Amino acid sequence: MSIAKIFSVTSRVRTSGANSLFIRYASSGKDGQVEKVYPPNVPGYKYVNAVDPSMDFKEMTDRAAQTMFWTELARGFAVTLAHIFKEPATINYPFEKGPLSPRFRGEHALRRYPSGEERCIACKLCEAICPAQAITIEAEERKDGSRRTTRYDIDMTKCIYCGFCQEACPVDAIVEGPNFEFSTETHEELLYNKEKLLSNGDKWESEIAANIRADHLYR
Amino acid sequence: MASILNVLLRKSSNFGQTKALLQNLPAIYNVNSQRNGHRWFPDEEYVKQFDGVVVFPDELTSLMKHPPYNSIIAPGEKNVRNMILNFGPQHPAAHGVLRLVLELDGETVRAADPHIGLLHRGTEKLIEYKTYTQALPYFDRLDYVSMMCNEQCYSLAVEKLLNIDIPLRAKYIRTLFAEITRILNHIMAVGTHALDVGALTPFFWLFEEREKMMEFYERVSGARMHAAYIRPGGVSLDMPLGLMDDIYEFSSKFAERLDEVEDVLTTNRIWVQRTKDIGIVSAQDALNYGFSGVMLRGSGIKWDLRKTQPYDAYHLVDFDVPIGTKGDCYDRYLIRVEEMRQSLRIIDQCLNQMPPGEVKTDDAKLTPPSREEMKTSMEALIHHFKLFTQGYQVPPGATYTAIEAPKGEFGVYLVSDGGSKPYRCKIKAPGFAHLAALEKIGRNSMLADIVAIIGTLDVVFGEIDR
Ligand code: SF4
Ligand code: SF4
Repeated sequence: MSIAKIFSVTSRVRTSGANSLFIRYASSGKDGQVEKVYPPNVPGYKYVNAVDPSMDFKEMTDRAAQTMFWTELARGFAVTLAHIFKEPATINYPFEKGPLSPRFRGEHALRRYPSGEERCIACKLCEAICPAQAITIEAEERKDGSRRTTRYDIDMTKCIYCGFCQEACPVDAIVEGPNFEFSTETHEELLYNKEKLLSNGDKWESEIAANIRADHLYR
Repeated sequence: MASILNVLLRKSSNFGQTKALLQNLPAIYNVNSQRNGHRWFPDEEYVKQFDGVVVFPDELTSLMKHPPYNSIIAPGEKNVRNMILNFGPQHPAAHGVLRLVLELDGETVRAADPHIGLLHRGTEKLIEYKTYTQALPYFDRLDYVSMMCNEQCYSLAVEKLLNIDIPLRAKYIRTLFAEITRILNHIMAVGTHALDVGALTPFFWLFEEREKMMEFYERVSGARMHAAYIRPGGVSLDMPLGLMDDIYEFSSKFAERLDEVEDVLTTNRIWVQRTKDIGIVSAQDALNYGFSGVMLRGSGIKWDLRKTQPYDAYHLVDFDVPIGTKGDCYDRYLIRVEEMRQSLRIIDQCLNQMPPGEVKTDDAKLTPPSREEMKTSMEALIHHFKLFTQGYQVPPGATYTAIEAPKGEFGVYLVSDGGSKPYRCKIKAPGFAHLAALEKIGRNSMLADIVAIIGTLDVVFGEIDR
């Protein structure tokens, strides 16, 4: 589509003067008679409000009736009234909860292997990818020679719940579980340490494992 | 009797209006209740003590003269100015943190000065310190009612710099979710516009629908709002089974909800009176002020990036772009409703045409490998580590990529110096230009119309303040 075609409206406005947006009143041959020129219909575009109200008798009576008998207001009231008899959309929240998909990204948790050994191998990928720099990890070699974290902190108030950490983790250690009800009264309670994260993992393991299994085809 | 006459004579100047007499009846009545006792009235001698200035006379005040009781005091010059009113940032009709300094002449707005910056988070600067992957979630938080469109724009910009093409299925998924996002945004725009103007109910009905679409977001990405779903190179995960059925279910019913809203609003005389011929923008002004999207089309300019320079799968679907004629709030409302209907059309076509296949590019240097691959192949694991620590390098270059976000042209100007972090990222937010024109549109309208105009501008401060 050429630029000229797109801006054709503007050029017409420029020639026809400021305020008549683009319904131009072109004077036809007969003196004093003006005729409205509607914009041509371009395929792919659709005018929503370009037609003037029709002036034949029936339409005019309809409009007058609407004005006098408030028919449009009555219809609006009827629609509003009808909603009273519909099932309410709200749910009784603390007792009923909305559905959550297996992909839901809620509170973080550190998982363990079925043997009880923690999964995290302190590769620090999650720390590296975290856009909010919410994760802090310190690691050391354990006595048995395996490398584990000595410190694993997530500042839940910095976290933006983007899910990049669980995507990055090569052993599915850090995950964002289905829990979204972890509000606290103080800021300090939201600074999670390794202990808290591991206990979260223990608490939510069955749900987390079920979610991962449900989604394994896509991951 | 005499006292009644007396009073009537004294009040006779007001006799022109019988109302005055009625108002004074209690006074007359009181006078009429005669006690026949002695009554003292201030006499001449008594009044004399009040001659001169009523303060302790010193050298200065003793020189002052009391003006004669019958003189007319000449009016002095006074400085009067219009009232300056702060609208927002806590006003619920200010759509977030807009602070509007209005100069009022009575109830007419003589000047409207929008102040911005209360939601400034330095996104553009932050992005310079993040890898291309990490920068993505920031885009969700720009225009936080049309999340995926922002991601889509950023992803398109990065793909343009990388000079890659994405699989067709990813394109269709993006288009599908961009249109869901458009409905999300327009629901918010129309709902809150109606709410600001005084129609509370459509807001609730529409939010029920919005909730359903949030659920689609949640099912596909895991988050109801800040999805981080559309990534450079495609989308992060394939849609789960059954989601397309549910989207179809939703889209086949949503038109009915729109009809209800239209029943309540479109012909309603209050709504029409509050929006028709309010906030008129001429086509010329719309162009000169850099408008885009609904604000531009409302003034009758045929410009929609989905049509003029299609991205993703928009050249494969069929839809009409609604155009207004008068450039007022009512036309823009009609356009928004019509755009939602057209979005439903696009959603239907996307669902029907959705091709099978991959959802990300197969370039292992750009998109992380699947879990299974990562756990079985050493090479994939190395790629995984590389991508999540360092990110990918983007060849040097600059691009301005724009999409038709629900609010207008959302653009990302991205400069790469060849590293894994953008050298510069400039975000072009449509709402910024619209808000800047409030001074022009809102001048000489009534105070209540300013609210209607803010509603129709559809401003969101996440993207304006960035
Ligand atoms: S969800 Fe995102 S922001 Fe939160 S800890 Fe993980 S990577 Fe960081
Ligand atoms: S949680 Fe996962 S990504 Fe993070 S350090 Fe541990 S193993 Fe690495």
